[in-house]
Amino acid sequence: MKKILKSTLAIVAVFAAFTSCNNSGKSSNSGALSSNNAEKVYIAPGEHDSHYAFLSGGYSGNLTVYGLPSGRMFKEIPVFSQFPTNGYGYSEETKPMLETSFGFVPWDDSHHPDISQTKGKLDGRWIFINGNNTPRIARISLTTFETEEIIEVPNSAGNHSSSFITENTEYVVAGTRFSVPIPQKDMSIKDYKGNFKGALSFISVDPEHGHMDIKFQVLMPGFNYDLSHPGRGKSHGWFFFTTYNTEEANSLLEVNASQNDKDFIAAINWKKIEEYVNNGGGTMMPANYAHNVYSDDTHTATSTMKKEVRVVNPSEVPGAVYLLPTPKSPHGCDVDPSGEYIVGNGKLSANLTVHSFTKMLAAIESEKFAGEAYGIPILNFEDVLAGSVEQPGLGPLHTEFDGKGNAYTTFFISSEVVKWKLGTWEVIDRKPTYYSVGHLTIPGGNSAEPFGKYMFAMNKITKDRYLPTGPEMEHSAQLYDISGEKMELLLDFPTHGEPHYAAAIPAEIIKNNSRKIFKLSENQHPKKALSDADTKVVRDGKNVHIYMTMIRSHFSPDNIEGVKVGDKVYFHITNLEQDFDVPHGFAMIGARNAELLIAPGQTKTLTWEPERVGVWPFYCTDFCSALHQEMQGYVRVSPASSDIELSWSLGE
Amino acid sequence: MLAYLNLTKIKSKTMKKSLKILTMIAIATVFSCGGGDKKKEAETGYGKKAPVKTEKKEAASQRVELSNKGVGPIKSVTLEAEVNQDMAAHGKEVYAKMCTACHKADKKFIGPAPTGILKRRTPEWVMNMILNPEQMVKEDPLAKDLLMEFNGAPMANQHLTEEEARAVLEYFRTLK
Repeated sequence: MKKILKSTLAIVAVFAAFTSCNNSGKSSNSGALSSNNAEKVYIAPGEHDSHYAFLSGGYSGNLTVYGLPSGRMFKEIPVFSQFPTNGYGYSEETKPMLETSFGFVPWDDSHHPDISQTKGKLDGRWIFINGNNTPRIARISLTTFETEEIIEVPNSAGNHSSSFITENTEYVVAGTRFSVPIPQKDMSIKDYKGNFKGALSFISVDPEHGHMDIKFQVLMPGFNYDLSHPGRGKSHGWFFFTTYNTEEANSLLEVNASQNDKDFIAAINWKKIEEYVNNGGGTMMPANYAHNVYSDDTHTATSTMKKEVRVVNPSEVPGAVYLLPTPKSPHGCDVDPSGEYIVGNGKLSANLTVHSFTKMLAAIESEKFAGEAYGIPILNFEDVLAGSVEQPGLGPLHTEFDGKGNAYTTFFISSEVVKWKLGTWEVIDRKPTYYSVGHLTIPGGNSAEPFGKYMFAMNKITKDRYLPTGPEMEHSAQLYDISGEKMELLLDFPTHGEPHYAAAIPAEIIKNNSRKIFKLSENQHPKKALSDADTKVVRDGKNVHIYMTMIRSHFSPDNIEGVKVGDKVYFHITNLEQDFDVPHGFAMIGARNAELLIAPGQTKTLTWEPERVGVWPFYCTDFCSALHQEMQGYVRVSPASSDIELSWSLGE
Repeated sequence: MLAYLNLTKIKSKTMKKSLKILTMIAIATVFSCGGGDKKKEAETGYGKKAPVKTEKKEAASQRVELSNKGVGPIKSVTLEAEVNQDMAAHGKEVYAKMCTACHKADKKFIGPAPTGILKRRTPEWVMNMILNPEQMVKEDPLAKDLLMEFNGAPMANQHLTEEEARAVLEYFRTLK
């Protein structure tokens, strides 16, 4: 019997191999995978990917977590958007996270995640991401994979040249894309030129807890500040921003902001400004912006409105800000691992411009200026130019580095990634992307030590790459092996929302720090119930507070009476589990907010305003055990005039 | 196609076996989905209790197994003649925090009552059940039967330390 089975298996195996050969033969005709490449992205069941990738969620306002090389999505982390999946932004504890000076803003457009660094290397403690529309910066813990802090950025509008981290996470930097009146005021739009300003914000990061605080804002001329990156190594202490619309047009920018032959890269010596500010320099101006902090101890966020911000005019600090002419409307502003080269990806330029930090310092030293803009010295293009990559493609957007002396630039219009050599500026390889690539990411690509094994391109147009899903398609990412001389396309994988940039990191740097549970003994939620003895129902006028626990597979209490129409009921629920991956859900019929998903050891609160008399059930939404279907309870709702006393029970 | 033919040609025992297993799973699924509802209907609709399987075997919770040490990290526990009151007091605290969601000291709740437990179980078995419940319900026949007796409600692993589990055991000695 065994023999037959064995030989059958052998035949099946041969047959399978034969078929898969056929398949790969077929697909290589259409320019896709060879079976060798399939192996490179295959992660066997139960095995782990070698890298994490964190992709911005674009208009989802969130951040998604992927594995590389498999392209499997592990998690969506809610950041700037309400997330009914787990109650983020709906629960009483997390609502303060989305408070802003505009009130409660439950959505955003998230763009550029960046991982914290120590000495120029990824340290995997936190990841930061910007909200573009309502200017905000969020810090997400890479132990809990939850958003821990959000700070609003005043004087900013279209928070796009953000959120990039300096070499030791001294600052997360946030630049405005749109210049605006500072302070805001009622004025004619036509008076933009010379009157609007662009704020570049340097937000300090507390080295121990990661807490953010706006140290200073540099009030720059009214250009558009598109992207930015920190100096590193020899250029540590500087920050570089691409600009466009140096024409200061206020209408039809498509034409009017593309007139100048060259725009600028603004080089900011933040160390110099920091010193100035530390000595009392700059001006505190009135402002109004939210600072929201979540605590893992209380499982609760607090929102504080801050009332002033320190601003610095570049002319106050001579020698701190310079403009580097860069053709034409540069988008990405990318600094190589050594800190010497600053790449200006001129969207409308035929060549790719690379500036030299050393030459920039020499030009500053010799005071050779081409002129000035609003008091800021402009250097000569030729004096700072390191070299150009000649005619590499159409529409360069972004460049990343592999740490082996090569750079990889995306070209939106010609839809390709081009590999070129730093220093010689020669093109080594080019590979098409499907279709219209925006950003690209190499793990550690924005650091002194990239991990140059994989690169992935995030494409704006999906079209025919997947089974069609109606007019709206998810965007597509493509993974390339860049370990050899030539790039090799390995995999297409769908992404969520519109990932702009992404940050990626070898898994071993963070996976062992990933939190499994919250300890009940460390729970400091003011409304926690740590055992059956703590459960109760308390009336406070029209507010009814239910202190409830949950464990496989029951709620305590699960029968509650004495609630009345017109009451506001707060379910404060503590998950008593202390085992990895045993969250419980909570759903209440008629709840007009969301459900809750509560992690082991955590307390969360859902509000419910019963409007109808009756007996209304609640239940667990996360399949938790063989008795999950039994995990339920009832709330009796009596008329407003009823005199039924509050009572609660379990198993009686 | 080739593979398919080969597989169908051999009407092996393995095939039959897997068919059997499949059938069993199917039956089990039907039972677990429909069975519960029927039982409730019987109780509420007709005021009668659903027919209880008459088993010759003694209920797992009442069975006395004083040589079974269970499966897990605890191989041997020595109990002093006198109860260590400090340890028991600590155990009572841990028990109140981590166990009372499912266990009441003197009556059956979600799980069995710990009062008198050491008349039926070895100290090692008790501690292994606390520290290693997932493996216990899979590999220890008694724990398996208990899971069934208690409606399939799993013993949650609350990740007590060995020292805490030992203290809980000492507390159980005080429950008379």
